[in-house]
Amino acid sequence: MNNSVNSLSTEELSAIDEELEHAPYRSAVAIDALKIVQSHRGWVSDSSIKEIANYLEMSSEELDSIATFYNLIFRRPVGENVILFCDSVSCWIRGCAKLEKHINKTLGITRGQTTEDDKFTLVPVPCLGACDKAPVMMVGDSLHENLTEESINRILEDAAVKGKER
Amino acid sequence: MITTPLTKNVHEDRRVVLVEDYEANGGYQGARKSITQMTPSECLQVIKDSNLRGRGGAGFPTGMKWSFVPMDNVSPGHKYLVCNADEMEPGTFKDRLLMECDPHQLIEGMICGSYTIQADIAYIFLRGEYVKAAETLSQAIKECYAKGYLGRSIMGTNYSLDLYLHTSAGRYICGEETALINSLEGKRANPRAKPPFPQVSGLWGRPTIVNNVETLCNISHILDHGPEWFQELGIGEDAGTKMYGVSGNVQNPGCWELPIGTTIREILEVHAGGMLPGYSFRGLLPGGGSTDFLVEEHLDLAMDYGTIGKAGSRMGTGTMIILDDKTCPVGMVKNLIDFFAHESCGFCTPCRDGLPQTAHILQDMSSGKGESRDIENLERLVKFIGSIGNTHCALAPGAMEPLQSAMKYFPEDFERHAKGKKCNYCETD
Ligand SMILES: Cc1cc2nc3c(=O)[nH]c(=O)nc-3n(C[C@H](O)[C@H](O)[C@H](O)COP(=O)(O)O)c2cc1C
Ligand code: SF4
Repeated sequence: MNNSVNSLSTEELSAIDEELEHAPYRSAVAIDALKIVQSHRGWVSDSSIKEIANYLEMSSEELDSIATFYNLIFRRPVGENVILFCDSVSCWIRGCAKLEKHINKTLGITRGQTTEDDKFTLVPVPCLGACDKAPVMMVGDSLHENLTEESINRILEDAAVKGKER
Repeated sequence: MITTPLTKNVHEDRRVVLVEDYEANGGYQGARKSITQMTPSECLQVIKDSNLRGRGGAGFPTGMKWSFVPMDNVSPGHKYLVCNADEMEPGTFKDRLLMECDPHQLIEGMICGSYTIQADIAYIFLRGEYVKAAETLSQAIKECYAKGYLGRSIMGTNYSLDLYLHTSAGRYICGEETALINSLEGKRANPRAKPPFPQVSGLWGRPTIVNNVETLCNISHILDHGPEWFQELGIGEDAGTKMYGVSGNVQNPGCWELPIGTTIREILEVHAGGMLPGYSFRGLLPGGGSTDFLVEEHLDLAMDYGTIGKAGSRMGTGTMIILDDKTCPVGMVKNLIDFFAHESCGFCTPCRDGLPQTAHILQDMSSGKGESRDIENLERLVKFIGSIGNTHCALAPGAMEPLQSAMKYFPEDFERHAKGKKCNYCETD
């Protein structure tokens, strides 16, 4: 494979190569490769799909069928911070529906939308496994527990100032 | 003797246990004993004798599962041990604690398990959102390679094992073991037909064992202290301890390691401190979102597989979700069905189309647009979707468990909503 025909960065390629070292065939690392590219670019564009598929010797269609299956692979641009908002049962019992409306109002976005300043994208997520601290959400890589409207305001303000959490 | 093997190293502030501290407190003794002094078949016998049952939800005897892995005359190639760390069952938060706080315990269990089935490659399949667990596990894996607990010639023997951490890209269905295998292979996570069972033909067509985090965390302790010790940890018919949890409107929600077979009442009233002021108890899902409701009359039952099964539910993951008098059972079930409908992998029709239909009826009911035929329709859907064999995997029948039991125990709420009434506690617009 001639690496120069695609525009995956050296960093991305070497991370994918590391996964390939212990894979029985190239397409076996499809999900890892999607995650690697997304971690560098924020999301996975059509051209990224083509580039990754090319590198893994699979068709773009097959790779896209995988990319669209998984909810943590973003096939549309997202904001600097993705809010993974838990709406599962324990958080629901503890009032997450009201808090989601509070976020809707505060940021002016509903599920799947991104704020105009590209700071935040709001997506629901299955149970985050922190039910004793419900309601919870993640902003970027950070988990926030025992949410209230006040704590949400604080978390969103901090994240907006700090930019991308990593 | 140790009575809380799984959490003996866990600090109050949940900081991670370092390898030195882990070793100082008896860590890697179970692995050393099994790999340097025992044969794989001796290890298997100990696990069988211990009566350990899988903590991932189904309670399948671990020793029996392992015994299906071909040991002699195996065609050349790899064998795999996979840790199911996809924890996404609504209301379940036990594996997170075990991995964030004591990653070496899981890895040691995996080394012992891999040795027993003679696997040469092991994977941890970790849900993508568990960022902190990914850090603690990666660090611990590195330490293990440096110390010779992983890699070539472990502890000076001729046994070798490589362990990789795979972080997932989401979807609840990845927790189903054959879907998990497809996902590890880089594919869409659709479940596979069984047979062949993974023990014979799993990852890349090779013998594969998939076990839950908590199950694997028990292994080194059993090998170190023996099956009798493990049996005695349990109160009733089951052996060992269990990570029990409580969430909902209770005083002290949390997760505790207790003797398996502790009563629901003790877990709820002593450990979780009972209901919050202003709330009273109406029912509970004993082990995650896909288990049947239990009610007041069941509170004195032992939380073990047999007892909860006889009461018409399942122990599942052992992490209970409490329904209170200010939460509507119709709304709660709607939340769960929405989840399952969303998480259906789309492979088979009863699940892909039936769950959204069910969700639609519950949406109408909870928003005051219920009709008298709703209950009958729900009953029909429960029968159709809930029958094992009508669907390709257990997701859809599992989804029907809270619904069918809510209709049985809380008929007045369903009837009220079927009359087109709104309720104070179903917040929808
Ligand atoms: C839809 C679905 C989701 C599941 N999710 C999980 C999970 O997140 N973690 C888990 O350990 N088992 C899960 N299971 C159970 C696994 O299929 C499997 O039984 C389990 O990992 C076996 O481990 P054990 O024998 O140690 O219990 C799930 C099953 C189904 C049907
Ligand atoms: S029951 Fe649902 S999740 Fe399971 S295979 Fe069928 S569609 Fe997929």
